[in-house]
Amino acid sequence: MSSAVPTLPFSLAANPRLSSWIRFASDGQVTVSPGKVEIGQGIVTALAQIAADELDVDIGRVQMVRATTAASPNEGVTSGSLSIQHSGRALRAACAEIREIFLSAASDRLGVDASVLQIEDGTISGPGNVRTSYWELADEISLDRDATPGAKPKSIEERSLAGRSAQRIDIPDKVFAHRRFIHDTALPGLLHGRVLRPEKARAKLTGLREDEARAVPGFVAIVRDGSFAGAVCETEAGTEAALKALRKGATWTEGEALPDENDLAAFLKAQPVESTVIDTRTAANAGRKARTLKRQYVRPYIAHASIAPSCAMAQWSGDRVHVWTHSQGVYLLRNDLALVLKLPLENITVEHLEGAGCYGHNPADDVALDAVLLAKAAGGKPVRVQWSRADEMTHGPFGAAMAIEIEADLDAQNEIVEWRHSIWSNGHAARPGRGTKPTLLAGYELENPFPIAISGNPPQANGGGGDRNSVPLYEFPAWKIESHRLLTMPVRTSALRTLGAQGNVFAIECFLDEIAAERGEDPVAFRLRHLKDERAKNVIRAAAKRANWKPEPKAGTGYGIGYSRYKNSGAYCAAVAEIEGDEEIRVKKLTLAVDVGEAINPDGVVNQIEGGAIQATSWVLKERVRFDRARITSNNWADYPILRFSEVPQVEVEVIQRSQIDPVGAGEAAHGPVTAAIANAVFDCLGVRIRKLPITRDSLIAAMEA
Amino acid sequence: MPNIRFRLNGAPTEIDADPDSLLLDVLRGPLGLMGPHFGCGSGECGACRVIVGDHAVTSCDTPLWSVADKDVTTLEGLGSAERPHPLQRAFIAEQSMQCGYCVAGILISAAALLRQNPKPTEAEVRAALDRNLCRCGSQNRMVRAILRAANEMAAA
Repeated sequence: MSSAVPTLPFSLAANPRLSSWIRFASDGQVTVSPGKVEIGQGIVTALAQIAADELDVDIGRVQMVRATTAASPNEGVTSGSLSIQHSGRALRAACAEIREIFLSAASDRLGVDASVLQIEDGTISGPGNVRTSYWELADEISLDRDATPGAKPKSIEERSLAGRSAQRIDIPDKVFAHRRFIHDTALPGLLHGRVLRPEKARAKLTGLREDEARAVPGFVAIVRDGSFAGAVCETEAGTEAALKALRKGATWTEGEALPDENDLAAFLKAQPVESTVIDTRTAANAGRKARTLKRQYVRPYIAHASIAPSCAMAQWSGDRVHVWTHSQGVYLLRNDLALVLKLPLENITVEHLEGAGCYGHNPADDVALDAVLLAKAAGGKPVRVQWSRADEMTHGPFGAAMAIEIEADLDAQNEIVEWRHSIWSNGHAARPGRGTKPTLLAGYELENPFPIAISGNPPQANGGGGDRNSVPLYEFPAWKIESHRLLTMPVRTSALRTLGAQGNVFAIECFLDEIAAERGEDPVAFRLRHLKDERAKNVIRAAAKRANWKPEPKAGTGYGIGYSRYKNSGAYCAAVAEIEGDEEIRVKKLTLAVDVGEAINPDGVVNQIEGGAIQATSWVLKERVRFDRARITSNNWADYPILRFSEVPQVEVEVIQRSQIDPVGAGEAAHGPVTAAIANAVFDCLGVRIRKLPITRDSLIAAMEA
Repeated sequence: MPNIRFRLNGAPTEIDADPDSLLLDVLRGPLGLMGPHFGCGSGECGACRVIVGDHAVTSCDTPLWSVADKDVTTLEGLGSAERPHPLQRAFIAEQSMQCGYCVAGILISAAALLRQNPKPTEAEVRAALDRNLCRCGSQNRMVRAILRAANEMAAA
C-alpha cells in the first residue's frame, strides 16, 4: 500500500452515491447497478462475483441491474477493456464501505464489538448467538450517502469468489430461449419500423413514391426528413414489405466516390492529414548505423459483422422519449439524442438491453436514433427498428484501414540503433455523446443535417487510437513514432476491438521477426533480449514453453510468435501460431499466455482470450470490407466471409494469475499477438513475408511473385 | 387462405397465414417463439435454425407451406430449465458462448446431428456446424459441449 492520501476509484469518484451502486431489497436480494453493460464478454458475472465477495452474500442473491440513465451510475462507455478496472474497482470499494457501515450498525444494535462480528451470506452474527442481517438493518441505514476514500476491501486470502471461475449468470437464459436479448423483448402495442438507406455511399434521397408502401396491410406511417426515410407498420413482415415498396419508389443522387480497395496504402498516404508525434526517445550513444531497413504494412477496413443486426425500441410520451438499446454507453447515446432532438437530457431515458456480441462502435447507437425518429409518428406506441443484414454490413462504422511504415537503422551486427514508426489511418473513434455535434447516422441524413464527424483518436493517455500500441515495448535505444490521422473520411470509421493496436502490433512484431531472421537469432530469444519487464518476459516464456517452442521443422508447417501488452498498460499476451501452408493457410493451433493481473473469473478470461484469438484468426485469413468506387459491396456473409467451425484452430490459453495486482480487461489482448504470430508462421512455413492483410490465396501468390 | 397445420415442439399447431410467409416470421410473430433468431434473412448464418422432420433448416428462407404436416422443433422444444436437453446442460457446463445470439441455431444443428449420428467425431461435429456462424469465437467450447452431450446421451 502506498502512503499517499487514499482516493476513490475512478468510477466511484464520478458516482460517489453508495445507493446508486448497491441496494438491499426486502426479499433478501442485493441489487447491484453497474454503469457498464453486458456485451457478450461476461462482465456482469465478474462484477457480481466482486460484489458478493466483498459483502459476503451468496452470489445467487445478487441481482444485476441493467444500466439506465434513469438510475445507474454514469460510467461512460463499456469499451477499451476497462470495465473491470472501472466498475470492478468501484464496486469493490463501495461494497467494502457498505460492509463496514452495516457492521458498525450491527454492533450498535447487538451490543457487540464490530471486530467480533462476522457475515455469512448476509447474516451478521457474533458471540452469544446474537444475529441480524443486511436486510433487517437496511431500513435504518441510508446508503444515500457518498463513498469516502479509504475503505478497505478484503485481502486476497479473504476472498472466496473473485479469482475463481464462476458460471456466467446470463448463459442459462440463452440456452433455454428465455427473453433476454433486445431482439426478443416484447412491449405492449409494439410496432415495427424500417429505415431506407442508400446503396451508393452517402447518396441523397431526391424522390420518394409512397403510395405502394401506404397500401401495405397494417401500415401506420412514413417518416421523411431530408434523406432520412422510413416506414412503421403493425407487423414486422408488413414493415419489410413497406420498405421494399419505398426502395422501389426512391431516387437518389450519385453519392460520393470511394477509394480504390486494391490500393489502400496509396489512398491513405495521399489524403490531407493531421500529424502528431506520439513519442520520441533519443540516445546519446545508440550505435553506428550501417543500413536502414524499411517495410510497409497494410490492414484493410474491417467490419464488426455482429451476428445480430442492430436493434432498438423507442416510445414517445408527449415531449419525453424512452429508448431501449444495446449501445455501449447509455449516457453517451442520450447526449447525442438530445442534440438531434433539441431536447433537455432529462426528457430522454435510455435503458440497456443485451444485443449480440459487440466488438466496438457498431450501429447500435444509429438504430436507436432511427427508432426515436420513427416512433415520433407512432402516436405514443413503442416502435422497434431492426437493421437489415446488408445495412449492418455497409452503413455502420468500420474498423479503420491502416498503412504503417517502419524503418529501422541497424548497425553492422544488425542490432537496432533507431526505430521509426509512421501510421496513416482514419481516426479510430467517432463515438456518440462526446462532442457538441452528434455522430449518429440519421443525424447526417436529415433535411438540416449535422456535419459528418471525421473520426478522431483518443489521447495516448487513454491508450491512443490509430497509434494504439505503436510505441515499442522493447528497449530500443532511440525511436520516433508518428501518427497521420486522415482529415477526409469516405468510408465511415470508428472504434473496433483494439482500435489501431492490431495493425501496429502486426507491423512491429513482423518487422522484429525479419530483423531477428537477418541476425539468424531465434525470435523468442530476440524478443526476450530486448525486454526488461518481467511480466512481459513471463508471458512470452510461458507461451513458448507450452507450445514446445520451437518444434522441429516439418515440411508444410510453420511456427510464429507475437507479443504485446495491450495499450502498453493493460493485459500482457503472447501467442504462438502453428500453421499449415501451401497455396492457402490453415491455422492449426494457437497457444497463448496472458497476464491480466488478478483474474476475477479465470474461465471468463480464458473465454475472452480464446474468442479474441479466433476472431483475430478470422480477420487475418478472411476479412476485408469490399467496395467498388461507388458502394460497399460486402453486404452479406458470402461477400464478407468469417471463419467457420471447420477452420477454427485449436486454442490453448494459460492464465498467469497475479492476485495481488489490480485487474485489467482481457477482451482485446489477443488480437495483435495472434495476427503477428500467424504472419510470422507463414514466413516460417513458406518463406514469404506477408505485409498486407488479409493473408489469402491471392495475397500469398502476389507475395511470392513480388 | 387455407390454414396450415404442423406439429410445433410436439404440439399440434394450426395457423392462418399466407403459405408463402417465412417460417421464421410466423414462429417469432404470431406464434411468439424467441428461440430462432433473425441474423441474415438469407440462410447464411444459421441463427434461425429449427428442426423440420429430422433436419436442421434455416427458418428465415423456409416458406411456411413447406412444413405442412411436419414436425418443427425450435430451441424451446429441446428442453427447459426444469428438464434440460443434454446439449443445453453441456453448453452451460462448458460455458459455450460469449454473447449467445447464435446459440439457438447451433443447439438446433447439434441436436439434428445427434439424432442422425449419436457418436460423432470432432471433425463430424465441426462439419455439421459449418453453416452456423459464431462471431465471438466460441466454436471450440461449443464443439466440446456437443461431444460431452453425445457421451452423456450414449451412457444414458
